[in-house]
Amino acid sequence: MRDLKELRRLSITLRRDTLEIIYSAGGGHTGGSLSSLDILISLYFHTLKYNPHDPEWPERDRFVLSKGHSVEGYYCVLAEAGYIPREELSTYGKFNSRLYGHPTMKVPGVEMPTGALGHGLSAAVGMAIAAKRGGASYRVFVLMGDGEQAEGSVWEAAMAASHYRLDNLVAIIDYNKLQISGDVDSVMRISSLQERWASFGWEVHETDGNDMASLIGLFDALPDHNGRPQLVVAHTTKGKGVSFIENNPSWHHRVPSEEEYQRAQQELNAQLEEVG
Amino acid sequence: MSESKGKSCRHAFTESLLEMATGDESIIAVTSDAKGSVTLGNFEKALPEQFLEMGIAEQNTVGVAAGLARCGRRPFVCGPACFYSARAIEQVKNDVAYADTNVKIVGVSGGVSYGALGSTHHSLHDIAFMRAIPNMSIILPCDIYQTEAATRFLASHDGPVYMRLGRGAVPSVYSAVKESFVFGRANILREGADCTIIAAGETVYHALDARETLEARGIEARVLDFPTVKPLDTAAIQLAAEETGAIITVEEHSVNGGLGAAVAEVVVQNHPVPMKILGFPDEFVPSGSSAELFDYYGLTAPKLAESIELFLEGSRVRKLSR
Repeated sequence: MRDLKELRRLSITLRRDTLEIIYSAGGGHTGGSLSSLDILISLYFHTLKYNPHDPEWPERDRFVLSKGHSVEGYYCVLAEAGYIPREELSTYGKFNSRLYGHPTMKVPGVEMPTGALGHGLSAAVGMAIAAKRGGASYRVFVLMGDGEQAEGSVWEAAMAASHYRLDNLVAIIDYNKLQISGDVDSVMRISSLQERWASFGWEVHETDGNDMASLIGLFDALPDHNGRPQLVVAHTTKGKGVSFIENNPSWHHRVPSEEEYQRAQQELNAQLEEVG
Repeated sequence: MSESKGKSCRHAFTESLLEMATGDESIIAVTSDAKGSVTLGNFEKALPEQFLEMGIAEQNTVGVAAGLARCGRRPFVCGPACFYSARAIEQVKNDVAYADTNVKIVGVSGGVSYGALGSTHHSLHDIAFMRAIPNMSIILPCDIYQTEAATRFLASHDGPVYMRLGRGAVPSVYSAVKESFVFGRANILREGADCTIIAAGETVYHALDARETLEARGIEARVLDFPTVKPLDTAAIQLAAEETGAIITVEEHSVNGGLGAAVAEVVVQNHPVPMKILGFPDEFVPSGSSAELFDYYGLTAPKLAESIELFLEGSRVRKLSR
């Protein structure tokens, strides 16, 4: 487990890596990857139990990236966690690379191939039921997008999770309030998310999804034996970490120009110096 | 052809599944409020820990099954074929086939089994949909013996499979489980040199009946049962084309994209011979029972024999006029 300062450094260095692979591939989901990164880092370097040398270790905690388009940040996290070699990151988006623009089963550590939204929570429910019925103690985590909440299958799965009292299941919503066409609530209103999930029988928590201390504090405190699935509304900033990318829907899958790329890296380097 | 004694393929399936699941805790039956229509009542009673009700939510049901499979279970997702092959098709494609999870989708009351309930409940598209998805296999048993054999096979087979079963009891084509099914292999039911009739599922016994009628008129048809529609026994098709010179397919499916199309793809690219694809035309069907619809669309023996005779006559005329 890494200390808070290390996690904060990672949150900056993995942002640099994320931008690098998007820039060099000439494609990617910049905004969502940057908004999700701190959640992924908290999970992979503080909360989850896993063994990168034995990706199918039966007792591992499961993590499903339901918002599969946030894949660039995810690949950087998987590399840092030891699932894939760091050098492989440069193959992202290239012909015949294992690193497609959405996660696939070719990548060790990936539990489900995602990309079509509204699939991850169902698979996670299946994994959580398997644990309950098999007497296993692993937990299942799933990260969804906020725009994804419009998919009906999310709510089918939400209903099933509370019906089967899956307190070994934690769903996190990367709530950056933006999707490809603009404000989430203007595309399809999802507020108030908290009430909606609570009414489906989930225990709802809220946190700053870009604040490492809040995230790990909350993950440490989540109950796992109260008969209720746990929902974390993680308030995030889309494009977090780079001033001119933050909160701008056009950066959903925009690729930085050379000048923008250099500027972004300079901003991140300055942040790294601040953390020390 | 022996009598079926009233047992449907659904019953044969659930009886075999219960037998296979007893002593194998990895097998789990998953359904979406279709316990009754699948005939899973006894299974649930006997093995409640291996039974999972997911409510009327087919998309989630398939996704959940994929999650179970990723944790070492062997889920059999059982429910009406119409819903699993359409509403849940993205979950089948991504969470089952692309993820290569060990999920078996068992679509019951397939084709026009539901008769007058109408096209919302028919699955005349399922072979076409499933066939276009890489890594999916498709099985259509034609009677209770083959259903049992296929179920036994599925219980130990790794990988995604869609199996379609009819609703009602059908006459038995086979007289024993053992001889009826080898995955990926067609069975020669009757020999013949004048043409080959290829069928799968419930159309097999109609094809056999039609063969009798044709024989009385001096036409000796080879009859092939294709319980595995994917992967296809291409060798049997090629041999049929080479040795009999004409192929007729008969299916309880749209003539677009089903068994006939699959066979035609092999025929035209390897050994082109005249072909006739018999099945349901590209339209929503009128109200009627399954038997009435089979008759209306010419899929019962007398009409099949007539279509086949006309087709053979026509292709002979074409050959002569060349």
